[in-house]
Amino acid sequence: MVLVPVTQKGSRENRTDSWRIQTPRIDYSTCIRCMICWKFCPDNAITVSESNALEAPSERIGKLEAPEIDLEHCKGCGICAYECPEDSIEMSLEGGLSQ
Amino acid sequence: MKSMAQTKALVTGNEAAAIGVKLSDVRFISAYPITPQTTIVEKLAEMVANEELDARYVEVESEHSAMTAVFSSELTGVRSYTATSSHGLLYMHEMLHWTAGMRLPIVVSVVNRAIGPPWNIWADQTDSMNQKDTGWLQVYCESNQEVLDTIIMGYRIAEDRSVKLPLMSMEDAFILSHTSEPVTVPDISQVRDFLPEFDLDFTVDFKNPMGYGSYSTPDGPFMELKKDMADSMNKARAVIEKTYRDFSESFGRDYAGLTDNYMMEDAEFALVATGTLASTAKHVVNLLRNEGKKVGLVRVKFFRPFPSEEIVSSLKGLKGAGVIDRSLAFSDGGSLYSEVSASLYRKADVPLTGFVAGLGGRDVRVEEFRKMYEMVEEGSEGIRWINTKGGE
Repeated sequence: MVLVPVTQKGSRENRTDSWRIQTPRIDYSTCIRCMICWKFCPDNAITVSESNALEAPSERIGKLEAPEIDLEHCKGCGICAYECPEDSIEMSLEGGLSQ
Repeated sequence: MKSMAQTKALVTGNEAAAIGVKLSDVRFISAYPITPQTTIVEKLAEMVANEELDARYVEVESEHSAMTAVFSSELTGVRSYTATSSHGLLYMHEMLHWTAGMRLPIVVSVVNRAIGPPWNIWADQTDSMNQKDTGWLQVYCESNQEVLDTIIMGYRIAEDRSVKLPLMSMEDAFILSHTSEPVTVPDISQVRDFLPEFDLDFTVDFKNPMGYGSYSTPDGPFMELKKDMADSMNKARAVIEKTYRDFSESFGRDYAGLTDNYMMEDAEFALVATGTLASTAKHVVNLLRNEGKKVGLVRVKFFRPFPSEEIVSSLKGLKGAGVIDRSLAFSDGGSLYSEVSASLYRKADVPLTGFVAGLGGRDVRVEEFRKMYEMVEEGSEGIRWINTKGGE
């Protein structure tokens, strides 16, 4: 028998948070839930939040699904912050899992 | 010996390869035509169209895609084959690593052709020598018979449970690929007895999805997987020898081992060569023996795994040896010379000369072999270029 590079482990189990230098943070009070960050994230590290307890610019927007950063996979590239039309994502040097 | 059921045919090296594929019960072929490989895949396409061969033939737009297609089909548990030459092989390079790394025992025919510039379609082994570090087994054939038999033996060696690495079988452009020779064609039922059905225990299974070749961190299994490939490459030595012995019993043709020694028993000098250069070298060894010269030949059949031990035991104690490369590595002559030198290091102190000969299909004639022998006999060392215009 030989060793083969075949695994039952899914890619999501491979954490890449240690690659990150800068960490994105979403300001939900100005986020309009357009999901452009979700579309542009090259690592599928922005997920869709089911929480309805987030801050929002209006009551109507607060009922929409919201982007959420998956900090176990975000590599901190900053594309989300660059693309955000409302400048609602800020990159900081805080790093790690503690946003 | 059950050789009675075999028939004789007059075929080119490329036809011999196609017959070998048909007899090996290959079920999937994907290729992109390139001179001088074209007539292999033309013949196979014809066999599939005429329903002589129950296989799927897929023509693709590039060699990268051809290797990717056979990679995928093999991963579904279907015995697969492709063939290429020269630039086509270089274009496959990335997928050669992937196929070996995924442990897919595909057999590929490579018709050795020069790499440009300038454009040149003739015999030169630089194309396959460039692939020596991809994890593939490599065999350099000397005759059309060996081309046919190597496909059959190749699948058995590559598919062995302890090997599971792909195998590349080489023929020199035109000298074998387009030249007819009488070839003994085994009976298909005999081949079925010799070559077990293809069985891969990690095939794609839609009911049990798995990650194939997915991400590994530096701490992950990456390095262990590479080491396992290297171990398997070494284990292949015993599998090759066993396969040759069984083949000889079943078909009556004896292919010795990883190297093929000729007149080496009492030799004082030796030439080391691959492919069809070794055929001419044998003829020259005969001529020199008639003149009382104690010379022999070591034909390196397998370049991967490299027959280091065989080389050492063959060359140890000789007064000199000349290694002939029909390829160029820009290191110090060709790759055969480098690897023979490395094998001898601290194991045998033999004066060694590396000859670069026959690039781009330049003829290497009897007189050139004589000249090489004379240089070895005179105690030359280092790299010498043979038959270049304007001096060595």
